Amino acid sequence: MKVLAGYLAGLLFGLGLAISGMTDPARVIGFLDVAGSWDPTLIFVLGGAVVTTFSGYRLVWRRPAPLLETRFQLPTRRDLDVRLLGGAAFFGIGWGLSGYCPGPAVASLPGLSWPLLMFLVAMMSGWWLARRGE
Amino acid sequence: METMSGLQGALGGVLIGLSATLLMALLGRIAGISGILSGLIFDRGGDSLWRLAFLLGLVSGPGLLMLSGLDWGNVAGDDAALIGTPASGSTTMLVAGLLVGLGTGLGSGCTSGHGVCGLARLSPRSMAATLVFVLVAMLTVYVSRHMLEGAV
Repeated sequence: MKVLAGYLAGLLFGLGLAISGMTDPARVIGFLDVAGSWDPTLIFVLGGAVVTTFSGYRLVWRRPAPLLETRFQLPTRRDLDVRLLGGAAFFGIGWGLSGYCPGPAVASLPGLSWPLLMFLVAMMSGWWLARRGE
Repeated sequence: METMSGLQGALGGVLIGLSATLLMALLGRIAGISGILSGLIFDRGGDSLWRLAFLLGLVSGPGLLMLSGLDWGNVAGDDAALIGTPASGSTTMLVAGLLVGLGTGLGSGCTSGHGVCGLARLSPRSMAATLVFVLVAMLTVYVSRHMLEGAV
């Protein structure tokens, strides 16, 4: 059941990315390019996703626990630190250079190209490096 | 045309929100792609199976749409395509991928974990992270597209 839950959540996520156009780096860069011909699509994607998740979470949290696990696993930290903000800045540079964040990059695997493969391998190396520093 | 891409964006966003809600309702987890996938590769423990299933689902979403021949994509300037082509060459993509991996690893999240789930939880850390990565990405695009003009 947990495997089916994971698959269904991934499937919805992948369908959402493809239908919204986030599997197209040109759409993402079009949003980030505020000085060019600005493309607002990403605002609609993020807006739709945040409003749905905000409402959905509040419905779900009325129950004491998730259906297939014993407890909700939520981050508890609320403080800001250099690691969080520095990491976000590194991520922002990479996102701006390529137009890919992790979800769309992986969901674009059915249209794999050499540049995308380079990106995915480098991204996994980056995850490894970040863990080495812990 | 522009209205249509906005509508598709919102519809896709709702699907992403439903995915996040489903994962919370069933497994009690945040739908953060960088966390789920880096955990799948580097963590040992009881979570590997559902993480692997999530990865298969994530890839099979666009994959199934492609196989079914439905032109439901929203690629800029190509109505029939579901997946856009990378705008940069392999070298830039290598550098960008490393920064995205390192940054989301250090910063504990990406557009989905901080941007979607974190904002929906009203987490101050996620709000700050999202503000930083969006502004830095906009600055990066400004520098690479308008100041260096295609040099990157």
